[in-house]
Amino acid sequence: MKILIKNGHVVDAKSGRNGLYDILIEEGRIVEIGNNLEITNGDWIDASGKYVLPGFVDAHCHLRDPGFEYKEDMESGTKSAAKGGFTSIACMPNTDPVIDNQSVVKYIINKAKQEGVVNVYPIGAITKGQKGEELSEIGELKFAGAVAISDDGKPVKSSSLMKKALQYASMFDTTVISHCEDTDLAEDGVMNEGYYSTVLGLKGIPSAAESIMVARDLILAEYTKAPIHIAHVSTELSVDLIRMAKKRGVRVTAETCPHYFSLTDEACSNFNTNAKVNPPLRGKKDVDAVIEGLRDGTIDIIATDHAPHHPDDKNVEFNLAASGMVGFETALPLAVTYLVHPGYLTIEKLVEKMCLNPSKILGLNKGTIEVGKAADLTIIDLNEENTVHVENFKSKGKNSPFNGFLLKGAVYYTLVDGKVVVREKILL
Amino acid sequence: MNLKSKDLLGLKDLTAQEIGHILATAKTMKVVLTTNNKKTPHLQGKSIVTLFYENSTRTRLSFELASKYMSASSANISASGSSVAKGETLIDTGRTIDRMGTDIIVIRHPMSGAPHLLARNVNASVINAGDGMNEHPTQALLDIFTILEKKGKLEGLKIAIIGDIYHSRVARSNIWGLTKMGAEVSVAGPSTLIPPGLEKTGVKVFTTVQEALLDADVVMGLRIQLERQKKGLFPSIREYARFFGLDEKRLKLAKEDALVLHPGPVNRGVELSSGVTDSEHSLINEQVTNGVAVRMALLYLLTRRSGNENTN
Repeated sequence: MKILIKNGHVVDAKSGRNGLYDILIEEGRIVEIGNNLEITNGDWIDASGKYVLPGFVDAHCHLRDPGFEYKEDMESGTKSAAKGGFTSIACMPNTDPVIDNQSVVKYIINKAKQEGVVNVYPIGAITKGQKGEELSEIGELKFAGAVAISDDGKPVKSSSLMKKALQYASMFDTTVISHCEDTDLAEDGVMNEGYYSTVLGLKGIPSAAESIMVARDLILAEYTKAPIHIAHVSTELSVDLIRMAKKRGVRVTAETCPHYFSLTDEACSNFNTNAKVNPPLRGKKDVDAVIEGLRDGTIDIIATDHAPHHPDDKNVEFNLAASGMVGFETALPLAVTYLVHPGYLTIEKLVEKMCLNPSKILGLNKGTIEVGKAADLTIIDLNEENTVHVENFKSKGKNSPFNGFLLKGAVYYTLVDGKVVVREKILL
Repeated sequence: MNLKSKDLLGLKDLTAQEIGHILATAKTMKVVLTTNNKKTPHLQGKSIVTLFYENSTRTRLSFELASKYMSASSANISASGSSVAKGETLIDTGRTIDRMGTDIIVIRHPMSGAPHLLARNVNASVINAGDGMNEHPTQALLDIFTILEKKGKLEGLKIAIIGDIYHSRVARSNIWGLTKMGAEVSVAGPSTLIPPGLEKTGVKVFTTVQEALLDADVVMGLRIQLERQKKGLFPSIREYARFFGLDEKRLKLAKEDALVLHPGPVNRGVELSSGVTDSEHSLINEQVTNGVAVRMALLYLLTRRSGNENTN
């Protein structure tokens, strides 16, 4: 089966390709990139007026499967990803059971093959049960198919254990993804500490709780010479610390999420539990610093931290509400609206941060448009405006603070291994 | 005039005009309250439920008497001894109460925003009787009523609020209410108990009690929770009292006719010395009486509001 994508504006960060091209796909692979390509039979996609990008790669999401299938499962999670233009996603290990051994890794890979519509890569736990006590079998996780390790949601509290994790994982070329939070300092806080926590009478989490842990982990990464990836950067000081560490030659990469460059803690007003997330939404100067970090390359990637929850987990007192928001289906429009249109990122830079860099960090052979590679592609309209309606999400989770937002940028097509999964904005 | 919202969740959401209207109504209610025959028909046929997830003596009693004086049917639910203790969600509990024909639910809850969640999910009017660290609007209304009664105005008055501002819903409601009514509010307390960004609400923040007290027309003490000491927020009760306690000597910094308020119960010798608590400056007992009047006013206004909606 041949597919020809005609007249799209192709942007690829690796080759630097940026212009009008046709792309010919055969047997799931890209076989030719050129002009005036023709086919006599097969599928034909008109991409004129649209951008043809490598499929997005998400280095940070929660699929909730196994264990919390009432929040999301393999089918709904991957469909949501495809709808958002993601063709490869890496899921965090805070499932039940935790992804801390090879059987759970294999379960996820198999389930994704059966029910998933995009490529799924499990991330293993740093410690057994994410308890922060003993290292999990990192070598076995890696060989079973885990692409990185993380105790996401929970920081590794012991500096000594974190040092050993970095040393041990680097032996297997496995990147440690760190959720940076000093839980003593965060205490039982439920939103960012600042004016809005004062106004709402909610216990605040100081931004220092994140930055202190970022500093510690950067120091440990420098000391061990091991690679480290800092998850969901949300504070000004974290950005500055990472910038400094990069100058010092630390093998650090960093991510942020759309909500950290588009919303402040004001979104928690009126006790809106859909704005409850960890790390919490911060102040204006943190948002500006995150954008600057993306602009100057301190922050390498945009990840979703897609965290679906059931309404029962959110429709409760703010203190009791689960943290997290769904992210796949709003990621591209948020990046386009808050980064590309205002001129902070070019479309090439966006492709770098949503395709090439996450693929590199996870060691995937993805995130580019090249002859011979799997045809993982996303076709977008950069200017189309749509209002976010959570009830239309393919994810089981409707927990988004962006409901009702008017955003620019729409995913028209998603192709995974040459298979059209989304066509004309409709999930097939 | 009518209150705009079906609920009373906080003073943050009220206009100065609405606060003024509640205070004026409370003035009438106080007349009723101080007569020999404390019974009016205003709430006949209305039902009021108090739903308390935290212990309370005076607030609950105050609401209950306010309902009874106005001939409402009233009932009480405590978190212990109900399905709440069996893990029922707030929304489910609220809907159950709602469906029994309740007109007003008075809720106290240890978590900020709980009354807001309830209000969004029931038809009954919801009155916040204290939620976490957020608001305690009826307490602030009775405080403001008491000040207005004694001083005849609020505009331009200097009000000092002293103590644990961070955890205090009383302080927050008073800050919203008093600043809306044109008073100048100063706060003082240990720096660990001053929440961040407080000055953005329009109050002056001091770390010495002397600065806040200077020329004050009204001084409000807040109850200090003894367990905060264990959390490392201040070193000892003794040191707290030394730097932030209000005694006769310190009170001299305020105006000669300064009023002293406290939401109660007072830790004597900590926030207020016994001398100050029992002095002629102190309006603590008056506050309690006014609390009933203010709550009668609110019950009246909220039920009247829903009645109007149905008939007009």
